[in-house]
Amino acid sequence: MITRIVPQLWRQIFSRVVTNVFPAVHMPPSLTEALSDPATPPNPPVPVGGRFRGRLHYDRSKCIGCRLCIKVCPANATDYQADEKKIVIHNDRCCFCAQCTEICPVKCLTMSETYMISSYVRKENIVTDSGPIAASPR
Amino acid sequence: MSTTYTIPVGPVHVGLKEPVTAWLELDGERIVSARVRPGAIHRGIEFMARERNPIQVIYLSERICGICSFSHVMCFIRAVEDLANLSVPVRAQYIRTLVLELERVHSHLLWAGVACYTIGFDSAFHLGMQLRERVMDVLELLSGNRVNYGVATFGGVRWDVTPQLDKAIREMIRYYRREFTPFREIVMEDPVAQARMRNVGVLTREDAVCYSATGPTARASGLRVDLRKSSPYEAYADIPVEPVVPQDYFDAARGDVLDRFAVRVLEVYQSLDILEKALDGLPEGPFVAEPNLNKVLVSLKKAEGTGWGIIEAPRGDDTHAVHLKGGDDNVFWWKVRAPTYANAVSWPVMFRGNELADAPLIINSIDPCISCMERMMVTGSSAGVVTKAELLKRCRQKTFDLKARGFERGVER
Repeated sequence: MITRIVPQLWRQIFSRVVTNVFPAVHMPPSLTEALSDPATPPNPPVPVGGRFRGRLHYDRSKCIGCRLCIKVCPANATDYQADEKKIVIHNDRCCFCAQCTEICPVKCLTMSETYMISSYVRKENIVTDSGPIAASPR
Repeated sequence: MSTTYTIPVGPVHVGLKEPVTAWLELDGERIVSARVRPGAIHRGIEFMARERNPIQVIYLSERICGICSFSHVMCFIRAVEDLANLSVPVRAQYIRTLVLELERVHSHLLWAGVACYTIGFDSAFHLGMQLRERVMDVLELLSGNRVNYGVATFGGVRWDVTPQLDKAIREMIRYYRREFTPFREIVMEDPVAQARMRNVGVLTREDAVCYSATGPTARASGLRVDLRKSSPYEAYADIPVEPVVPQDYFDAARGDVLDRFAVRVLEVYQSLDILEKALDGLPEGPFVAEPNLNKVLVSLKKAEGTGWGIIEAPRGDDTHAVHLKGGDDNVFWWKVRAPTYANAVSWPVMFRGNELADAPLIINSIDPCISCMERMMVTGSSAGVVTKAELLKRCRQKTFDLKARGFERGVER
């Protein structure tokens, strides 16, 4: 047994750390703010990619108000505004399943790569319009 | 003359990952008898499903369990496909099998690590957790998420296996073949770990049959039960699977914690073989039968009947039964039987004759998932339907009553 564990320990001394390094040297008052500030983080967060599903991106001008996204949302994160025939997304309820982006007939909903969405202000997590998709790709 | 004492382990206990109470009758350090009282983490998921349509319930069923989430999704989807007679393309069946096996690898590795932690073998725990990262990375590459993958949908899967992913899975298989054996030998050949796990929490072959144990718990007692062999689903019909039982690898099946450890560890190797075969045999073709979700929703609205799905989850047999009513958008009723529900029945048998210090290890040895298992059944309607306001009032009243009694015997037995 000891012959097995010694090579393991020996290798771990020299091998690369498996987990990602904590982004800041000391815990900042707000990690989200510190990460979005380009000056502070000495260890930037690892880039996401592939099929990562982040905060919902909503192009309000393209939306036709068909309410299909409301029909498939498992977390009831989308609310319908009957007077404007548009939707409002509550990102704090979103479970990032991307089902709404699949069913949307005009593809006005997309998953962005933003994942730092925690906030003390609840209103920051309500998306009414994030503009056309060219403004923030993917 | 001996006196017995009654000691609760749980609902909140350092050795437990989830709340469940085990009332142990002790004679000194020895457990004479035990009774298990669940009921601390019931979430009412089936009730929530009644106001959601089947597509929404996929993501609800995913949240029954964080570890075997894909097993629950597959079970629910198979139940709905059963009642609505939806066909699944062959490629989708293979991809489903891939994800099921990846999930089994990750679940068993997590359990093996946690079992080491429960016996106080922390270096092996960290080794297990480090090994598990690789399969989590592959799952993230496949689905975008480390847990709750959201891969399956009615009539197929949502994302295809790309050449890049194929390469990543093959690399992962090579990594585990190389790195997993040292972990197994570090734990299973360690005299202290053997002393903690050998002949502890024994479930004999007869008891395993009597108390309807499933999955690795039953296989560790020597029963050759595996749904992947006895009723093949998805691509398991093409990939032969033999149940892993300890008597094939060691002298006999003792049914103790070390055997359960060995079965799970050996199943990881089996899963790697299945993954390789599934990748080699991955056929070309579409990966979803009907990409238009609207058409799926319409066809499910018309569907009527009861469907049934049963698969071999990492912890045992997972069963879902679903009833849809024609013309109704939502799921009419849904019944979930998680594997822990069957395995938890044999806890009192496993406890008998063991020491108090082994109780958390015995509880963890079946890989319990308490929040998956807690279900409620309404029998009769003598109490009527209780509204939320009424329930709140009753809760407050109970707290007042308990306060008045000075919190003596707060736990009902």
